[in-house]
Amino acid sequence: MKRIFKPGLLIPVAIIVVLAIWPLLSGNSASSREAMFTLIMSMALASSLNIILGYTGYVSFGHIVFFGIGGYAGFWAITELGWHILPAALLGGFMAALIAWLLGLAVLRLRGAYFALATIGILEAMKALVINLDFLGGPVGLEMHFSEYKRYGGPMESLWMVYWSMVFLAILVTVVSYYIKTSKFGLGLMAIREDEDAAEVMGVITPRAKTWAYVLSAVFPGIIGVLFFFKNGNIEPGDAFRLHFSIEWIVMIMLGGAGTVLGPVLGGGIYQWLRKTLLTSPIFKDYQLVVAGVMLLVIVLFVPTGIIGWLRARSAKLRRVFE
Amino acid sequence: MKILEVKNVTKRFGGLTAVNNVTFDLEEGEILGLIGPNGAGKTTLFNCINGVYKPTEGQIIFKGKDITGLPTYRSAHLGLSRTHQIVRPLNELTVLENAMVGACYGRENMNLGDARKTAMEMLEFVGLAEKSDVLAGALNVAQKKRLEMARALSAKPYLLLLDEVLAGLNTAEVTHMLDTIRKIREQGVTIIMIEHIMHAVMSLSDRLIVLNYGSLIAEGSPEEVSQNPEVIEAYLGDPDLAARLLEEEKA
Ligand SMILES: Nc1ncnc2c1ncn2[C@@H]1O[C@H](COP(=O)(O)OP(=O)(O)O)[C@@H](O)[C@H]1O
Ligand SMILES: [Mg+2]
Repeated sequence: MKRIFKPGLLIPVAIIVVLAIWPLLSGNSASSREAMFTLIMSMALASSLNIILGYTGYVSFGHIVFFGIGGYAGFWAITELGWHILPAALLGGFMAALIAWLLGLAVLRLRGAYFALATIGILEAMKALVINLDFLGGPVGLEMHFSEYKRYGGPMESLWMVYWSMVFLAILVTVVSYYIKTSKFGLGLMAIREDEDAAEVMGVITPRAKTWAYVLSAVFPGIIGVLFFFKNGNIEPGDAFRLHFSIEWIVMIMLGGAGTVLGPVLGGGIYQWLRKTLLTSPIFKDYQLVVAGVMLLVIVLFVPTGIIGWLRARSAKLRRVFE
Repeated sequence: MKILEVKNVTKRFGGLTAVNNVTFDLEEGEILGLIGPNGAGKTTLFNCINGVYKPTEGQIIFKGKDITGLPTYRSAHLGLSRTHQIVRPLNELTVLENAMVGACYGRENMNLGDARKTAMEMLEFVGLAEKSDVLAGALNVAQKKRLEMARALSAKPYLLLLDEVLAGLNTAEVTHMLDTIRKIREQGVTIIMIEHIMHAVMSLSDRLIVLNYGSLIAEGSPEEVSQNPEVIEAYLGDPDLAARLLEEEKA
């Protein structure tokens, strides 16, 4: 008998749902909605990256490239082709997945630091390419006319629509992450992470598994990019391909626990909450990147498995609660 | 029926010829012992057979199919499993999950449910069942060797390549492992075993082949091979000394 109640899935989804309805309960709903949007988006992005980084063991440093590619594709479809946000978001996800697949054929042969470096190279190359593409607005990027929001009932309604779409996506990513982790496919990915050559000897078709993991980890950032830049009203290369955001996602994953379902959700939440606190504190506001760097160092040195990884290593009982 | 044909296999690393023009056959159900001094090319020969390396020259035929140079996951799917001389546990996965990888991706391509059942059976078989929930990285060396074995068996192979599964084990552990290997053979699995512990390999093998500096220098029953002066020399350098030692051992 399969149990319907799976704590490994229920806990992270419950966290997202509780945070998501917070703006409705609190007095100042617009500002808490913005705060929660950032938080929940981070959870979704970190969970996506976790598929290739945490489950498969390939550190995709420049992973934000898929956020940028998706963002540009969707934004372009909305402003130039007059598409509705829904198909535009799907286009963003599709483009990110397609490019991940093509790039994967080349870079997934690399291991360890070489792969990580290649993903940074890809990010910088993509940024340089977009800057030189006139139809994407070159270095200035693309603008969306304010009247675009009318289609969805006005600016206020659009913001809420994007908000709930983000919540939906975050839950979807978590569900996908959980089903990967607990599937045969996921077992193969984790075997690759632990020892790729041994995995191959045991019959894991490693090139195929890695490609799928890379594509799956790219598709959601692609969709999220479309939502983010639609809400933003404009897109430019500097925002779409900012390496340090990617690095922040890695910090979130490491903080919560790489290779776990709950880890990136928890890590994304804690990291953004800390960041917001630091941003509003006059002492720390100039040092937030320093703090992120130090945090990463401390985690890697002292709790390399992150909060959830640390808990899971304690006992088999905890492993059954926290996936 | 022949399950494996190794034909004129040579493997070079730059200027070093690790395996030199080796040819032998293997009958189904047989246990073949592969012996030879350290650095003779035994592990490299295994790597050529299961596709970790592509042989520089020669052919590997498995169950009538040419598998030379196929990726190693293909040979796993066809029913060829192995253990590693230097154990390679998937440290952050549990012992059970380690064996499940073998079952899921091996010859029978099982789903998770069947894999869990098979993996558990194999862990019981090698005596690791009570450790199934432990992370593989936490096992000791003897247990890791048994895990290698359980993982390979979970794939339900036709041919099993065992690379020094007895090395580093104490006497009781060796006895336990020999028992396990006998039981595997009773289930109809064909085995090639690389082994340094002579009494073990002599008592288990139907036939022995001997590698020295990459070349096959002798082939035959354990008795024949142990009388072969070239083999004795390869091991001890001095045939007279070797002969005396053999006499002493008999006495
Ligand atoms: N990947 C490799 N690259 C270069 N030389 C190798 C490699 N693998 C093995 N060798 C060399 O091939 C020879 C045979 O090694 P090996 O097959 O491990 O011997 P055995 O298992 O019989 O002890 C040794 O000289 C070893 O150094
Ligand atoms: Mg060896």
